[in-house]
Amino acid sequence: MSLTSDDVKRVAKLARLGLTDVETTETLAQLNSILELVDQMQQIDTDGVAPLAHPLELKQTLRVDAVAETNQREKFQAIAPQADAGLYLVPRVVE
Amino acid sequence: MSQITDLSFSELKQSLNDRTLSSVEITSAFLDRIESLNPTLNAFITITRDEAMQSAKDADAAISQGSATPYTGLPIAHKDLFCTDGTLTSCGSKILSNFVAPYDAHVVSQCKTAGLVSLGKLNMDEFAMGSSNENSYYGPVKNPWDTTRVPGGSSGGSAAAVAARLTPLATATDTGGSIRQPAAFTGTSGLKPTYGRVSRFGMIAYASSLDQGGLIAHTAQDIAHGLRMIAGHDSRDSTSAREPVPDYTQTLDESLQGKVIGIPKQFFDDRLDSAMRQAMDEVLEVLRSLGATTTEVSLDHVAEAIPAYYVIAPAEASSNLSRFDGVRFGYRADSPTDPMDLYERSRGEGFGSEVKRRILIGTYALSEGYYDAYYKKAQQIRRLIRDDFNRALGHCDLLFGPTTPSTAFVLGEKTADPVAMYLEDIYTVATNMAGLPGGSFQAPLINGLPTGYQLTGRAFGESMILNAAHQVQMVTDWHLQRPEGV
Amino acid sequence: MYEAVIGLEVHVQLSTDSKIFSGSSTNFGAEPNTQASLIDLGMPGVLPVPNAKAFEMAVKFGLAIDAEIGQESIFDRKNYFYPDLPKGYQISQFDKPIVGPGRVTISLEDGTTKTINVTRAHLEEDAGKSVHDAFDGMTGVDLNRAGTPLLEIVSEPELRSAKEAVAYLKVIHSIIRYLDISDGNMAEGSMRCDCNVSIRPKGSDTLGTRTEIKNVNSFRFVEKAINTEINRQIEILEDAGRVIQETRLYDPDKDETRSMRSKEEANDYRYFPDPDLLPVVLDEAFISTCRDALPELPEARKTRYVSEYGITDYDAGVLVADRDVADYFAEVADTSGEGKLAANWVMGSVLADLNQTGGSITDFAVTAKQLSDLIARIKDNTLNSKTAKTVFDALLASEGEVDAIIESKGLVQMTDTGAIEAIVDEVIAENPDQVANYRAAPDEKQGKMLGFFVGQVMKKSQGKANPQAVNQILSAKLSG
Repeated sequence: MSLTSDDVKRVAKLARLGLTDVETTETLAQLNSILELVDQMQQIDTDGVAPLAHPLELKQTLRVDAVAETNQREKFQAIAPQADAGLYLVPRVVE
Repeated sequence: MSQITDLSFSELKQSLNDRTLSSVEITSAFLDRIESLNPTLNAFITITRDEAMQSAKDADAAISQGSATPYTGLPIAHKDLFCTDGTLTSCGSKILSNFVAPYDAHVVSQCKTAGLVSLGKLNMDEFAMGSSNENSYYGPVKNPWDTTRVPGGSSGGSAAAVAARLTPLATATDTGGSIRQPAAFTGTSGLKPTYGRVSRFGMIAYASSLDQGGLIAHTAQDIAHGLRMIAGHDSRDSTSAREPVPDYTQTLDESLQGKVIGIPKQFFDDRLDSAMRQAMDEVLEVLRSLGATTTEVSLDHVAEAIPAYYVIAPAEASSNLSRFDGVRFGYRADSPTDPMDLYERSRGEGFGSEVKRRILIGTYALSEGYYDAYYKKAQQIRRLIRDDFNRALGHCDLLFGPTTPSTAFVLGEKTADPVAMYLEDIYTVATNMAGLPGGSFQAPLINGLPTGYQLTGRAFGESMILNAAHQVQMVTDWHLQRPEGV
Repeated sequence: MYEAVIGLEVHVQLSTDSKIFSGSSTNFGAEPNTQASLIDLGMPGVLPVPNAKAFEMAVKFGLAIDAEIGQESIFDRKNYFYPDLPKGYQISQFDKPIVGPGRVTISLEDGTTKTINVTRAHLEEDAGKSVHDAFDGMTGVDLNRAGTPLLEIVSEPELRSAKEAVAYLKVIHSIIRYLDISDGNMAEGSMRCDCNVSIRPKGSDTLGTRTEIKNVNSFRFVEKAINTEINRQIEILEDAGRVIQETRLYDPDKDETRSMRSKEEANDYRYFPDPDLLPVVLDEAFISTCRDALPELPEARKTRYVSEYGITDYDAGVLVADRDVADYFAEVADTSGEGKLAANWVMGSVLADLNQTGGSITDFAVTAKQLSDLIARIKDNTLNSKTAKTVFDALLASEGEVDAIIESKGLVQMTDTGAIEAIVDEVIAENPDQVANYRAAPDEKQGKMLGFFVGQVMKKSQGKANPQAVNQILSAKLSG
């Protein structure tokens, strides 16, 4: 499969990555060569093989329901790009 | 006596025990060396002199009061993706270039509990994506053996710092070879433990199902000490294993008599460089002389490990890196007009080009209509690879191979061709796919440059790897060779 | 003629103490971001660890709707960017939810019942909240809610009217309250409803294009929003237009739905298994512990109330809909020993007041004990229906206990026939014309005319005269 520059723009939009036109062009060629590498997978017959998400196939353990956190807002918001009145601020969201 | 900084972690431990050295002496010796060599090597992003000296003083006090652990006062440095409370944790990225972590990673707090003195934070490829350490926002790390060459990546700072004796022990992480490949390029020992052996809590994620924290040092013995400190179950990481942690230092001296070492034929085909083959043969000869037997095995799907890896890792990364959005922490673009603009510019300006490539590949692989052809297919191949390894390790104690196709390459040599760079990890990636432990240890130099051999063990079989590597190090001097340029 | 095809996605906030993947408190109403931990904020390097209680609650719900329980369930990531979604993905369940197909029964207005199939119910984390009006040109983000456990309950598109949708929603509400897995408070957002609505010509079995109305936050608005949307779609089709598949928002002030442009761009959520989490495998023991802990559910309780208290099916249905109301009723009925009277009072006076004030039975001014005391005083003829109402109103106003109120208001029923006779005589003497009319009227009309005299007597007795005695004495004297 080979990507077009529209594909790159669509995917970049989904990933919220601002790309310049130059970047889009450069990236296109690189992504296609990576996809060519990736497509070597298709040579392998995987019919009936169950996907493996984790190598050791362990089971999840669950946590007991108990409050274990305290308020650390001041510390956390000290590293925020913009916060006021305890809220993180972003440019106005239009719904 | 040799210089303090020439001593290995184990030797320094002995000196502290014997009270021939104090933590303050050791710490200041390493800090002085860092300050003199880092401008050339660029291995450290942050040097925490004041904190380190304070911990060293505290350590000396603890030692004299008898409240010390066996490791109190020994130095370490952390790859800059382990969160350190109150210290910049950049992950080698512009997007985190202002991120003072508000908490300690599990690995970091384990080291603190053990009484280690942290010297600072180590350079790395941005978000651990790279095999040359040229993808760092903080500039490339230079290989101490030849500063025109790369140290490997992504843990290039960790490997270079140990090789140049800026620290005797460094934390590192390995998603597709990021501990083992730089260890091979810099003449150091590096271990990627079994997936789940070391908690990932506080380790900034690249690819969650492959990432594993580990160590780089001068010797297998040093790593055995370090792994005791950082391994073990952590309830904050759901993928952390509940296996007990053995004392890795207690099995180092066991004999290799009767141990079976598998040699995957796919690692020794025609494509293997002849000098590299010769170096590997020398190592194998030593292993045999120590009583091990060798046998050929086949890892039928190992060739597909790289293609499958470049789906799974970018897919997970594309999602893991979505949290870098300029809202709660990290870099935010100037005067964003709306949320879309905030995201696109903060991320567009904050991420470097390799990170963007992988986010794009991963996003594409997961997008509607492509999931089965890419992500599902890659996970199916992952099972085949894992099964290959388990089959081979059913009758072998360890698997053996070269760590890298060649010795360290020249800076800039592969930056224009991402695929060529990806193929650097051809011998290491499969181990991550299978979740198994893998170590790289010093092999004979080729043309004055270090090489590494790789040992892969059974799940939670770190002891066996360290035991074998230690036995080799007891009868060879490859691990004692030091770069002369620095 | 058109037929509506409606499916609901109900999000229920589970009432765990801590969040689904972190140890932060889930309390409602805290100062912004004071209940947002490293994990809730999606800080670099943090990892989720699931809360066992959320699974217990989800399994109970599954058992309550007779659903298949996912013995192995898997968390997936749903990827999208939004300021109140800290990680850029929501941890949810896609392929393998904790609760598989199940069913609930709803009662329709014509007295029949209908089974609605539930497709699935899955666990996921809630997002934070955006505050739009407090800052100039900026939106504030509060992540206290981020990570609160949600159970998303998805119905099959088997609902055919807004009324059916509300009936379904009320059954779901009733079940979660009985199970005590959520406070179900729609006003505070602990239960939210997305309505998928389409229409098609009656008799057709193909589906029309659907729209999704997001986050409707009361039973009444669900009904109104769906009806408004059905009408909008009918108008479009009548004008030979086409319904666009989109997300819409219901505006209760204008009673209209409008397109949410921000959500219109192509959604591609790129679901994949969350690599930070492992498959959750629940063993038979876990599930049977949940089964053993199941309380009596509304349907079972309804049947029991009918037989135990001798009340009608309809009354029992009304009384059991809310677990707390049902408990209240049972206490009144048990203490007073008067099931029917208890039902009348709870349905007539208690629920009427709650409906009017929007209050909750748990902090209702009249306790079950007080209402049962009141019923006891009706039973022993101290009060009649009129004085009883006066006492009830006084109880509502927290004026004291039943007997004290009767005492202080002088409401003891007049049962002394001599005293009643005296008042009857007075009334007859004061109203000679009416008496004459009454006596001249045919028998069948007299019954109705008697009411006037009863009213006069009750008035003179300040409502305290026993109505039966008044009737008896009046008819005797008037006919005499």
